[in-house]
Amino acid sequence: MRSPLSKKITAIQPSGIRKFFDIVTEMKDAISLGVGEPDFDTPWRIRQEGIDSLEKGRTFYTSNAGLKELREEICKYLENRYDLHYDYNTETLITVGGSEAIDIAFRAMLDPGDEVIIPMPSYVSYLPCCELADGKPVVINLKNENEFKLTAGELEEAITDKTKILILPFPNNPTGAIMTREELEPIARLVIEHDLYVISDEIYSELSYKGDHVSIASFPGMKERTLVINGFSKGFAMTGWRLGYVCGPAAIIGEMFKVHQYAIMCAPTNSQYAALVGLKTCMNEVEEMREAYDERRRFLMKEFKRIGLPCFEPFGAFYVFPCIKEFGMSSEEFATELLKDQKVAVVPGTAFGDCGEGFLRISYAYSLADLKEAIGRLEVFIKKLRAGDHV
Amino acid sequence: MREKLLKLIEKNSRVDVAALAEKLGTDETTIVNEMADMEREGIICGYHTMINWDKVGGDSVTALIEVRVTPQKERGFDRLAKQIYSFPDINSVYLISGGYDFLVIMEGKTLREAAHFVNEQLAVMDGVISTATHFILKKYKDHGTIMDVGTRSERKPVSL
Repeated sequence: MRSPLSKKITAIQPSGIRKFFDIVTEMKDAISLGVGEPDFDTPWRIRQEGIDSLEKGRTFYTSNAGLKELREEICKYLENRYDLHYDYNTETLITVGGSEAIDIAFRAMLDPGDEVIIPMPSYVSYLPCCELADGKPVVINLKNENEFKLTAGELEEAITDKTKILILPFPNNPTGAIMTREELEPIARLVIEHDLYVISDEIYSELSYKGDHVSIASFPGMKERTLVINGFSKGFAMTGWRLGYVCGPAAIIGEMFKVHQYAIMCAPTNSQYAALVGLKTCMNEVEEMREAYDERRRFLMKEFKRIGLPCFEPFGAFYVFPCIKEFGMSSEEFATELLKDQKVAVVPGTAFGDCGEGFLRISYAYSLADLKEAIGRLEVFIKKLRAGDHV
Repeated sequence: MREKLLKLIEKNSRVDVAALAEKLGTDETTIVNEMADMEREGIICGYHTMINWDKVGGDSVTALIEVRVTPQKERGFDRLAKQIYSFPDINSVYLISGGYDFLVIMEGKTLREAAHFVNEQLAVMDGVISTATHFILKKYKDHGTIMDVGTRSERKPVSL
């Protein structure tokens, strides 16, 4: 019998740390600092609207691009919050999470052999989605000494005459790094100079702890060459609702619309009505969550300093990315031993790219009490290692 | 700064001074002084603990008592209010608008004790026209705190 599978899909690697995840999932009393989603429930008004919309029988498709009212409200929000000016009708598409937007952006923009520059460590889906769309990923290994920000030098070195797209994944999962206006400026200059496009994944934009998030699309000359991907999962604690959006030049959005229309139809109707209420009434809850994350972030930084675990100070998302190179173990070994010895689960940095070797992603989407307990255990583990005890 | 500080300790009076200083971007001495000032000025009136007494067991009850009164010449409602709030078992006394005048909240050790207070002490007070007593059956949320939160989370332990 011949193979039912395409060469393309079989060439794509599953996440290499599956085995590690399985151990965590089976261990009942482990404390996990391994999640990539908020610990908060979706704000109540949003959930209530979700219930109401079901009661009202709003169970049909919306227009392919998404509810007009929601697109209008998103455009207002982006204007007020990030100085981004988009037309709800031709430049905005509601998607099934930010993830769908990543996928259909590649499919709409890439021809075989087009190069996509992907700074890593970063979220796991850029690379495989790029390959599935016949693009050629070109990885930039971001550096700890630059606090995992993308520098103009690194970008320039990676650009070839085949380069078409730059992925800008900030605020960053897994490092928590952000890019300030000053740091984005030289990047924007290079993008324009080399006639590139940018896919700016700003899903963590609401979780910025050093002034407001800055979008590269708000720079002169950048709107026409940038797709802004955002959504409700992180800032509004709505991961399971699967609702995101993408804004960009009408010419690109129009083609992405075709993929979306044929593959998806529309984002969940229920979620769209709920998110509309979220944008209109829940910004103070979003701020409260941001403040809670920030408190935990500062707590972790203080604790790392106390126990002498080196970690640059990240100002975005809900992750810290400490360095464990002093222990002479791989990230995966460290994470596995920590789990076995102290029942604390963290994600090896290598889950997000080879350059994550020597680092751990620690999520602070947990209560302060959980974090305190987990850091206590981590400290015990580190002391054992430093004392040369076999763990 | 005062307002921010108050909002923080209103939610959690046990946040330590260092954490407060860090949150408000100031130093610990400033926080300590500010709190002492506000205690003196009667802005901060006490530090209490939220307790879910239902979980402790026992038969204690909370009663909400609506009281209609005749206001007194020159002293209005204040004198009567004082006569009521001076009883140690009385938790709160509010003068309110609407169909009655005082809302009185009292904690009783037993239903009988609470009923006894209303009948023997409150209803017979000069100036009290009538009372209506409601006993609280279950506290879901008190002072902004949900009393019995389910802790089960369906969040997966690891996600990327």
